[in-house]
Amino acid sequence: MPSVTKHTTEEIWRFLSEIPDPEIPVISITELGVLRKVDIENSKVIITITPTYSGCPAMKTFEDDIKFKLQENNILDFEIKTIHSPAWTTDWITEEAREKLRKFGIAPPIRGSEDKGVLFHSETKNIECPNCNSNNTNLKSQFGSTACKALYQCEECLEPFDYFKCI
Amino acid sequence: MTKNEALVKYCLRLGDSSLILGQRMAEWCSNGPVLEEDIAMSNIGLDLFGQSRTMLTYAGEIEGKDRTENDFAFKRLEREFFNNLMSERPNGHFGDTVVRNLFLSAHTYHLYKKLSSSSDNTIAAFAAKSLKEVTYHLRHSAEWVVRLGDGTKESHSKTQQSVNDLWEYTADLFAMNEVDELLIKENIAIDLNEIKPLWDNTINEVLERATLTRPEDSFMQKGSLNGMHSEALGHLLTEMQFLPRAYPDAKW
Ligand SMILES: [Zn+2]
Repeated sequence: MPSVTKHTTEEIWRFLSEIPDPEIPVISITELGVLRKVDIENSKVIITITPTYSGCPAMKTFEDDIKFKLQENNILDFEIKTIHSPAWTTDWITEEAREKLRKFGIAPPIRGSEDKGVLFHSETKNIECPNCNSNNTNLKSQFGSTACKALYQCEECLEPFDYFKCI
Repeated sequence: MTKNEALVKYCLRLGDSSLILGQRMAEWCSNGPVLEEDIAMSNIGLDLFGQSRTMLTYAGEIEGKDRTENDFAFKRLEREFFNNLMSERPNGHFGDTVVRNLFLSAHTYHLYKKLSSSSDNTIAAFAAKSLKEVTYHLRHSAEWVVRLGDGTKESHSKTQQSVNDLWEYTADLFAMNEVDELLIKENIAIDLNEIKPLWDNTINEVLERATLTRPEDSFMQKGSLNGMHSEALGHLLTEMQFLPRAYPDAKW
């Protein structure tokens, strides 16, 4: 029997922060804002997560990784809850994580810009090329390599790049 | 009809419409006209499946008969599906697909906006979350309809034909019955008469930009509220449900 260690919510939060996003391994699930809450109720650990996109295939991986991380730390009495409200927003991605995204080659989402122009694209404004920092870039497709990204191309260095869409 | 029975039907309507359109999107996978659009269609499908899962799971919880999202998706027959008729229309050519998607995403966009303040917390959360995704779907289809409508002579005439062909399925999007009556009183559902003028405005704006003509209302198909579908749904379900029916309880 593994000895059951007493962890504080801060400790649990800290080691869960080591779990990387399966698609974008440079940022963690806490930096992404997927991990919402860590509670301890009667010695049971309750983890609350929220999906980025409704159909995000990474959610299952997040859950498995959290389970594994908890078990690795001798926490066997736990529950993982998924909530949908408040809905995840790209605004929850931390400043530090935005910098990491840029270095990884993904243009980070523009903060707080829930697009006003609903019908036709108006998000073309100033998406900076993560490769050469030029603002002379163009949208190629609203849907990129994953549901959360759009495909852009830089007119200066001609490199295509992913842009993390605002939602 | 009790409130819970109505709520189950309402959730199935929302969940089924997303599921069936999602399956249509999946049919584009590896068949897209260009790589970007192939990926776009698959991503839209993924969003729709995610949305559908929330509603089907919730329907199962309220029903209280231990039916899961998978039971609803894979173990029901045509007449037990409540998706709107538009969502089951076959993909046709790319123009048919984007016009159908425009009609549907304009509908869900305005509906989810209002449903975000539903008195049912699960539906409100579902709507608020889905709205963000549907906004992208609407923009995607609207831009393509404009590009094709206001494109070449051939793309214009083909897209106008798509609009004409699909028009008879638009009225079904706004049909209501005792389910709505009961749930509107509880501030759970939205009166679709409120959605219609908003949908009209959006559609008119896009069609005008696309230099396309809005058809006159003539014969309109209806029936999804009672599980009456076109034969297209049967073909779709045959493919979608094949694996779980041939190999019950298969896991992968
Ligand atoms: Zn560049």
